[in-house]
Amino acid sequence: MALDFSNQPITAWRRENGRVGVRNHVLILPVDDISNAACEAVANNVKGTMAIPHSYGRLQFGEDLNLHFRTIIGTGANPNVAAVVVIGIEPEWTKTIVDGIAKTGKPVEGFSIEQKGDFETIRQASWKAKEFMHWASEQQKEECGLTELWVSTKCGESDTTTGLSSCPTVGNMYDKLLPHGLYGCFGETSEITGAEHICEKRAANPETAAKFRKIWQAYQDDVIFAHQTDDLSDSQPTKGNILGGLTTIEEKAMGNLEKIGRTSSYIDAMGPAEASTKGPGLYFMDSSSAAAECVTLMAAGGYVVHTFPTGQGNVVGNPIVPVIKISGNPRTLRTMSEHIDVDVTGVLTREMTIDQAGDNLIEMIRRTANGRMTAAEALGHREFSMTKLYRSA
Amino acid sequence: MTIPQLLVHDHKDNVGVVVVEDLTAGTEMLCVVTHDNSDFTLTANADIPIGHKVALKPLSEGDTVIKYGEDIGRMIGSAGIGDHLHTHNCKTKRW
Repeated sequence: MALDFSNQPITAWRRENGRVGVRNHVLILPVDDISNAACEAVANNVKGTMAIPHSYGRLQFGEDLNLHFRTIIGTGANPNVAAVVVIGIEPEWTKTIVDGIAKTGKPVEGFSIEQKGDFETIRQASWKAKEFMHWASEQQKEECGLTELWVSTKCGESDTTTGLSSCPTVGNMYDKLLPHGLYGCFGETSEITGAEHICEKRAANPETAAKFRKIWQAYQDDVIFAHQTDDLSDSQPTKGNILGGLTTIEEKAMGNLEKIGRTSSYIDAMGPAEASTKGPGLYFMDSSSAAAECVTLMAAGGYVVHTFPTGQGNVVGNPIVPVIKISGNPRTLRTMSEHIDVDVTGVLTREMTIDQAGDNLIEMIRRTANGRMTAAEALGHREFSMTKLYRSA
Repeated sequence: MTIPQLLVHDHKDNVGVVVVEDLTAGTEMLCVVTHDNSDFTLTANADIPIGHKVALKPLSEGDTVIKYGEDIGRMIGSAGIGDHLHTHNCKTKRW
């Protein structure tokens, strides 16, 4: 009998803006690279809080600076985050980040280091972090709907088994949940290459198709053709992909697109880390195919659970979003099962249908939303990688 | 139920994927087309690693390789039925 996914309950945190979060982090968020040390000191002082150090935030300009702000603000604004302490070297950009996060209604306060030094900043920020931690730890979970979640996807260390099993498992999940109100997001602009004509046809309308084509073409022109020394064959397919049996970028792209299922079309093509604003449904996000960069962008776009098919065994995680790993490769399950949350090897042995695999993934999303730690969380994978568009000034 | 050694996405495909470890040359493989669960048998001509492809039809240089029912590249060498098909005899058409 077909399961009814329209009204499955989860218990999660409903945030001030109505969005549903499945984790309850108090973040200590640096505006820039040179504020990492102060953030890490505060996170060490106040247990249960988490610093997210990163590499950039000084002398960026133009669209690259906009993307930096969008990524940091989006990370703080994510519903998996209860409250945020922001630390930057100077007050103005710090205020930009604080004001951006404050639009969600969640507690946020900024501190800047200039004319104060690390010691005094850490002292002041630690008091605020402790106050936020006490407050957040008393926020109660409540009953929410499974399909109120925003669930993103990106695959990694793909091989031919991902196109046969783990990617269509994600596609099956989307086919079942998107019609009931779920937000979904896929991306990986460079890995669509080879199947961009097929991806274009999956847009909900001609405007969205044109938007996707423009994003894809800009990537070809501004990134590949502008910077190539030979072609992409040293990185697409990756050496790991080739070891796993993938031969061409076209083959890799076809497998990748299995993640968006059979029945849904995407309703918007967004820039990196942009919020999804057209209501429930599937979205394309312009993003790198590098795992940590892509998951970081989707988390900053507001997605609260990530589904990650892998063939050869990618180990990526994210500081604020649980990353659920799905694999159908029996060798990967044999050699590195500590990284895999959903085993779909049965699809290859024909002992499990894609429909059953999709149900298993939905069940794992439900358990993860209710609090089960993912393999990546248990193993401490907190990769946070900023996407940089060009050199800083 | 017998476990297949080779899976094929679509009836139009001229390649399939080895889905078991340690496949050795001479193995008569049970091949399943995932689209409709139909099956056939084929003998592997080489030791082919899990995840790697096998030619289902004789292919010569310049031929288009079809998987998922779609064009995934061109032959830069030849492959007989049951031969290993990978970067040594197949390449993208994009560059």
